[in-house]
Amino acid sequence: MSSVPHAHDHAHAHDDHGHGHHAGGYGGIMRWITTTNHKDIGTLYLWFAGVMFFVGGMMALLIRLELFHPGLQYINPDFYNQLVTSHGLIMIFGAIMPAFVGFANWQIPMMIGAPDMAFARLNNWSFWLLPFAATLLIGAYFVPGGAPGTGWTLYPPLTVQMGIGMDLTIFAVHILGMSSILGSINIITTILNLRAPGMTLMRIPLFCWTWLITAYLLVAAMPVLAGAVTMSLTDRHFGTTFFNAAGGGDPVLYQHIFWFFGHPEVYIIALPAFGVISQVIPAFSRKPLFGYASMVYATSAIAILSFIVWAHHMYTVGMPVTGQLFFMYATILIAVPTGVKVFNWVATMWKGSLTFETPMLFAIGFLILFTLGGFTGLVLALVPVDIQLHDTYYVVAHFHYVMVAGAMFSAFAGIYFWLPKWTGKMYNEVLGQWHFWLTLVFFNMIFFVQHFLGMAGMPRRIPDYALMFETWNQISSLGAFGFGLAQLIFVYNLFKTLRSGEPAAQMPWEGADSIDWTHLPTPAPYHTFETPPVLK
Amino acid sequence: MNLEKQNLLLSRKLAVIAIGMFGFGFALVPFYNQICAALGVNSIEERAEAPANSQIDRSRTVTIELDSNAHNLPWRFKPVVNRVTVHPGELTTVEYEIVNVRGAPVTGQAVPSYGPQIAGEYFKKIECFCFTQQTLAAGETRRLPVVFIVDPRLPKDVSTIAVSYTFFEVAGRGGKS
Repeated sequence: MSSVPHAHDHAHAHDDHGHGHHAGGYGGIMRWITTTNHKDIGTLYLWFAGVMFFVGGMMALLIRLELFHPGLQYINPDFYNQLVTSHGLIMIFGAIMPAFVGFANWQIPMMIGAPDMAFARLNNWSFWLLPFAATLLIGAYFVPGGAPGTGWTLYPPLTVQMGIGMDLTIFAVHILGMSSILGSINIITTILNLRAPGMTLMRIPLFCWTWLITAYLLVAAMPVLAGAVTMSLTDRHFGTTFFNAAGGGDPVLYQHIFWFFGHPEVYIIALPAFGVISQVIPAFSRKPLFGYASMVYATSAIAILSFIVWAHHMYTVGMPVTGQLFFMYATILIAVPTGVKVFNWVATMWKGSLTFETPMLFAIGFLILFTLGGFTGLVLALVPVDIQLHDTYYVVAHFHYVMVAGAMFSAFAGIYFWLPKWTGKMYNEVLGQWHFWLTLVFFNMIFFVQHFLGMAGMPRRIPDYALMFETWNQISSLGAFGFGLAQLIFVYNLFKTLRSGEPAAQMPWEGADSIDWTHLPTPAPYHTFETPPVLK
Repeated sequence: MNLEKQNLLLSRKLAVIAIGMFGFGFALVPFYNQICAALGVNSIEERAEAPANSQIDRSRTVTIELDSNAHNLPWRFKPVVNRVTVHPGELTTVEYEIVNVRGAPVTGQAVPSYGPQIAGEYFKKIECFCFTQQTLAAGETRRLPVVFIVDPRLPKDVSTIAVSYTFFEVAGRGGKS
C-alpha cells in the first residue's frame, strides 16, 4: 500500500488551502475508518473484494477437492452444501459487486470532473457495512448447525428448516442490500448532479453510463431481495406462512420473488463489467469507442428487459406453457442489445492500432468467453432444452462463463488498466501476461468440460456423482487448483508493484482519452477536480 | 436551488423508490395468488365441484397408488390400502390412518403431490383431509377419508397415478387450531 504516503502528501498540500476533506487528520487505521475520500473508499472496497475473492476461492477449491473422486472423501455432504452456498454468496456480494463499486468510487468522480462523491459520509458508511456482513456470513460456520446449506438462492423449504446460521445469513443479506442501495443512491446523485460544466450525459465515459444504469437496477432490485429474505425470516420465527407449505404458503412464490431480484442482479454484475471493457478496448485500439450512443441505449434496453425475464430460472416449477413461452421469448430478446455491445467492441478493434498489454488481453478474453457464456445462456433460455439441462453442470458452466470470464476478467482488466493511475506505479507486464494466459487456460480447463458433464446429466450441488463422470471432474478439479495458483501471480505482482513498481508514465496507455487520463496527473492526487475542469 | 439541496432531493426520491420496491416484494404475494387462481395453477389443493355428470368410462382402468410422508412430525401416517384400481369418472373413497405418537396435541397440514405431475389436475378431490389443518390430541388415532373422481379426460397414456400426501407440522399452534 505504498499509495498511502503519497496520498498523504497531496492531502497536506491541499490542507494549506483549507480544503481538508482528509479524515480529520487521523493517521493509521483511524484514517481508513473515518475517511470520506472517494479514492480511499474505492481502495477499501477493492481490498475487501480481493480478500473475499480468495475466501470464496478457497471454498471453491474445497468443493473441487471433494469432486476429484466420486464418493465422499474429504468433507461431509452438509458441509459441502454450506460451502456451495457461501461460495456463491461471497463471490457475488463480497467479491464481484464490491470490486466494481471500488472502481466506481475511484473512477466516476475523476471521469466526470467531480471533486468527490455526492454524499461522502454516506459513502464511508456504505463501505463499512460490508465487513459486518462478511463477518455474519462467515460466522455462520461457527454456530450450531453451521452455515445454511440452501444454495446461494436461499430457497424454501430449506430456509425454513435450517439452524441459526440461516438467520445470520439473512441479516448479512439485509446489510449487504443496505450497503448496495446507499452506494447506488450516491452514485446516481454523483453522476446526475456533479458533472463538470460541459460534461453532458452523452459525453460521460461509458463506464459511468453502465454504472448509472446499474445503480438504478440496484435501487429497484435489492429491496425485493430484502423483502424475500424478510419473509423467510418471519416464516422461521414469527409464524407467518409466506413460503411455508404447512400454513398454505408456497415455496414457488419465493422463487418468483427471488428471481425478480435475481435476474437484474445478473446485469448488476455484468453491466459495470461492460463499462470497464468499453474503456479498455478503445484505449488499446487507439480508436474511440464504436457506437457510443447505441451502447448507451443497448445498456438501458438490457436493464429494462432484465425485469421481465426472471422465470427463465424456474421453467421446471410447473408454470403454464404460455408463461414459459413469454419468458423464453423475452430472454432471447436480451441477446439483441447484448449482441449490439459485442459487435460494437469488435468494431472498435476493427482496423485499430492494437497492442496487447495485460488489460487488453483480459478484455479480449472477456469478449470471447463472455460471448460463449452468452450463447450457452441462449441455449438455456429455450424451454425444452432447459427442462433437460436444469440444475445440471451445464448451468454451472454457463454462469461461470459470465461471472468469472465475464465479470472477473473485466475486473482484472480494470485493475491492470487503472493501477498506474491510482498508484503511479507500473505493474510487471511479463507477470501480468503470465497471469492472463494461465488464468485463461485454467479457467477453460475448469469450466469448459462442465458443459459435457451437464449434457451427460450430472446434477449440480451434490458432493457425489456417478463413476462415468470421473475423468471430466478430475480435469475440472486440476484446472481449479491451477487457476488458484495462477491468482497468486496476481497477488505477487500487485504487492511488488505497490512496494517497488517502476514509476508510471503520465499516459501509460496512449489511447486512453477520458479526462481522468488527460486532465489529471498520474498518479491521481488525493483531491482532484476541486475546481471543475475546463472542457472543450 | 443550490447543489446540496438538489443532491438531497434526488437522494430522497431514490430512497422512496427503494422503499417502494421493498413493498413491491410483499405485494407480489397477493398478486401471485391471484394469478395462480386466475390461471388455475395450484388447483391440486382445491376442492373439486361435485360431479355434474357421473359418466363412468368403463373402457379403461387407472391404478391409484397411495403414498404418505410425515415431515418432521411425530405422526404415524399411512394409507389403509396402498393401491386401488378405478374407472375414470367413478366416485371412490380411500382412507388414511394417522396416529399422533407425541404426548401432546399436534396440528398438521397435508400437502398433496402427484406423479406424473400432469395427473394432478385430473385427480378431482371432493373431500380431503388436506383441505383443512388437522389437530390430533396426544396419542389420538384418526381415520381420514379422501373422496375423489379421476376426470375421464385424463390423457390416455396415463395408466397409473401416484398420489402422495406429506404432512407438515403447523408450527406455533401448539395443537390449537
